[in-house]
Amino acid sequence: MFTDLPLLSLLIWLPVLGGIAVLVNGDKNGWARPLSLVISVVTLLLSLGLYIGFDNATYHMQFAEHASWISTFNINYSLGIDGFSMPLIILTTFSTVIVVVAGWEVIKDRVSQYMAAFLIMEGLMIAVFSSLDAILFYVFFEAMLIPLFLVIGIWGGPNRVYATIKFFLYTLFGSVFLLLALLYLHHVSGSFSILDFHQVSLTMQEQIYLFLAFLIAFAVKVPMWPVHTWLPDAHVEAPTGGSVILAAITLKIGGYGLIRFALPITPDASMALDWLVIGLSLTAIVYIGFVALAQSDLKKLIAYSSIAHMGFVTLGLFIIFRIFANSATDSGAILAVEGAMVQMISHGFIAAAMFLCVGVLYDRMHTREISAYGGVINTMPIFSGFAVFFAMANAGLPGTSGFVGEFMVILAAFQANFWYAFLAATTLILGAAYTLWMVKRVIFGEVANDNVAQLTDINRREFLMLSSLAIIVLAIGLWPAPLTEVMHASVEHLLTQVSQSKL
Amino acid sequence: MNFEVPNMIFALPEMFMLGMACVILLTVAYLGEKGANIAYGLSQFTLIMTAFLIYRSFGEGGLTFDGTYIKDTFSDVLKLAITVINIAVLLYSTSYLKSRGLFKGEYYVLAIFSTLGMMIMVSANHFLTLYLGLELMSLCLYAMVAMHRDSKVATEAAMKYFILGAIASGMLLYGMSIIYGATGSLDLATIASAIQTGGLNDTVLSFGIVFLVIGIGFKLGAVPFHMWLPDVYHGAPTAVTLFLATAPKIAAFAMAIRILVDGLGDVHQHWQGMLIMLSVLSMIIGNVVAIAQTNLKRMLAYSTISHVGFMLLGVLSGSQEGYAAAMFYALVYSLMSLGAFGMIILMSRQGFEADNIDDYKGLSERNPWFALMMLILMFSMAGIPPLAGFYAKLTVIKAIVDINLMSVAIVAVLMSVIGAFYYLRIIKVMYFDKAEQNEPLEAPTDMCIMISINALTVLALGLFPGALLAICASVFF
Repeated sequence: MFTDLPLLSLLIWLPVLGGIAVLVNGDKNGWARPLSLVISVVTLLLSLGLYIGFDNATYHMQFAEHASWISTFNINYSLGIDGFSMPLIILTTFSTVIVVVAGWEVIKDRVSQYMAAFLIMEGLMIAVFSSLDAILFYVFFEAMLIPLFLVIGIWGGPNRVYATIKFFLYTLFGSVFLLLALLYLHHVSGSFSILDFHQVSLTMQEQIYLFLAFLIAFAVKVPMWPVHTWLPDAHVEAPTGGSVILAAITLKIGGYGLIRFALPITPDASMALDWLVIGLSLTAIVYIGFVALAQSDLKKLIAYSSIAHMGFVTLGLFIIFRIFANSATDSGAILAVEGAMVQMISHGFIAAAMFLCVGVLYDRMHTREISAYGGVINTMPIFSGFAVFFAMANAGLPGTSGFVGEFMVILAAFQANFWYAFLAATTLILGAAYTLWMVKRVIFGEVANDNVAQLTDINRREFLMLSSLAIIVLAIGLWPAPLTEVMHASVEHLLTQVSQSKL
Repeated sequence: MNFEVPNMIFALPEMFMLGMACVILLTVAYLGEKGANIAYGLSQFTLIMTAFLIYRSFGEGGLTFDGTYIKDTFSDVLKLAITVINIAVLLYSTSYLKSRGLFKGEYYVLAIFSTLGMMIMVSANHFLTLYLGLELMSLCLYAMVAMHRDSKVATEAAMKYFILGAIASGMLLYGMSIIYGATGSLDLATIASAIQTGGLNDTVLSFGIVFLVIGIGFKLGAVPFHMWLPDVYHGAPTAVTLFLATAPKIAAFAMAIRILVDGLGDVHQHWQGMLIMLSVLSMIIGNVVAIAQTNLKRMLAYSTISHVGFMLLGVLSGSQEGYAAAMFYALVYSLMSLGAFGMIILMSRQGFEADNIDDYKGLSERNPWFALMMLILMFSMAGIPPLAGFYAKLTVIKAIVDINLMSVAIVAVLMSVIGAFYYLRIIKVMYFDKAEQNEPLEAPTDMCIMISINALTVLALGLFPGALLAICASVFF
């Protein structure tokens, strides 16, 4: 039923065209909000079609579409998804609905432009996850910067110009190397198809250069230590919706890029340089954990905790070579990669929820300083319930989705090297420390000041979005199988690709 | 000695244009001040008809005038682009000229003669034809820059332009004469076959090439021969800057291709190194210095220098693919430049030039549509997809990667990141800063339509670049 429809094209172009329609409609008649909501909800429902129609048994690209785009260079409009991209697409469509709802009352000026930016961005991000042509991927990968640049710059905080230009130039700097790598791969393989890139054989030296190019491009996005410095700035200055999309999706594009490009195209270089990525990931997990502990700004704290959590993703993806070396079966490696993927999805939901919680507080108090709060539970009991729940999930409480991904990666890390696992496991302590300490200072205790005393609890709209996120976080935490099942075949295929030398 | 009647049909658009230029000249001479409106109308008619004539005979071609003149797809595409762009240029500039008392028939006479010069350059198959076209174009441009007689900066700019332009022409002529000494001919086809046959004095040949490259570098505005460009762009009335910055770049590109590829294509190892130097320096100096500018016209001048550097990447690759990429770049660049300078004209009013970057503060509140159009143009110049400027950069860098000049490619991409900064600054000023005056901004309807078509073409070329890329490729393959 779903295979007949060009579902991916629909998912890409419905929000883009819808966004343009919202933009053209303008602010005068007040349709911008309902129209955006309808478009984002329809997109979400359509994207569920991907899940229903998805064949778990195969690693081949599904829902494939193909059309010639720039025939001179053999660049094609070629789409398709596998177990890695499908969950991320659904994460995207879901987050966009949340963002639209979150901006409902908060955004007061230029509403149509705000909504349009997020809808267009949704389409572009879905396109990034489903592009099978390298140039098509790059076009969407870069184009995505434009709406986010504007969102942070127009609706952001006081220091927004600095933050948004830093964000733009940082990511552009990373991605131009990706472009060079893709052009070089075309030079070698004569095609721009990503799947053809997977087949091409390369010398070690070529692989090293290509791998470094991929690493620069995607490490900036993830972001990995030490190229993470744009993220706290961007998060702090961005409006709530911008933070949600940044944390939930754009960071995932970094991890996705490593899975789609770095590992299968340059497996030998990935193996040779896995120490680099593992080292950076462990630094992110441990060092950034401590940095998060020292933050006095709510959003900055969550931004740093995002960097630490994304460290698990890169760790999980690159310990597989050590696991291969230590064990005969690849069950450990599967655990590592699936753990990384689950961590990405779960972090998408949890970080989004955390930023929404901060947004709820910020809308009422207009400050993000932790010291300005205290005893919020007395005035906002329902909100505090959610906030504590998401904080627990962020700290990796068993039963929430935050636990599953981290646990899988740590478990796999034991098969690679005890010390990796040991260092990674410190996050359970550090994460708990910085999150719970923040919760203690903000939520619990006596009512700190008059402003807190006048807080009103969340309304129905806020309840709706927080509760839907809570249900998902709990669902993945209790029963992650539906998520891991869809990616299983693709993970196994990735591991066979990675274990075959291209030399 | 037998005399062969040349095949005039291949030069029909040029002959039509020459005839019309004379008509316009006479009209202006007889009607004086009152003739400006008629001159404008006639000029537009001339350009439209010329474009139509080129379109009618598109793709047919051959040599004429004893082999000194060539009509091929390359010349057809570029001539069509030149005429269409000049139609837009005249459209943009009219209201600007009117508000500054520059609305005179002379402007249009010079514009049409200059366009004729460009078309001759594009179709030249002989050093003399090429030089003739170049001088016809340049002399008109010098006069146009000086049109605002009371303005000190304009006069200074015109002097600089004239003197440096003359030096460049001298260099070019000297190079041509040396090549004549080496090969015994001024005819590009004969030169090419003489080089192919071999047995030439390599030292003399490369000595001549040095001067030719310097001349081309001057005309394109490549570093280190770029000194005139910012001053002229800044000093000239914006309507003239607009004229200077668009079609003549296409003509100069055509000149580079005619000389270096059609004539000296077989010794491309001789000029490749020089072009690498020019290109890398242009990208670095252009982009870095542009950051420091507060005047938009000057900033765009430096951005032109960097774009020339990128365009030269395609030429220096020495491959068909690279030439096609450079051609695509030249066309897209002139389209973007047309829009950017057009926007300055659109924003300017009597006594207000709107050429400072700060004049664009809060444009998105004063006129969201103009701001959006400028956003498209700036992101396109920065080379961000899905806009035409991205594919221009993509194709030239691809040509460089394909000949394994990775280090040059790395410089190019790094410079495009640096370049992004100053384009972003314009967008920042338009979208993130508060406006100093709040009244909405209006502009004449024809110009609103023109800027919309212009910017939306950039967007459309970004979404579907295939057709234009295919045309450019078909020229060289």
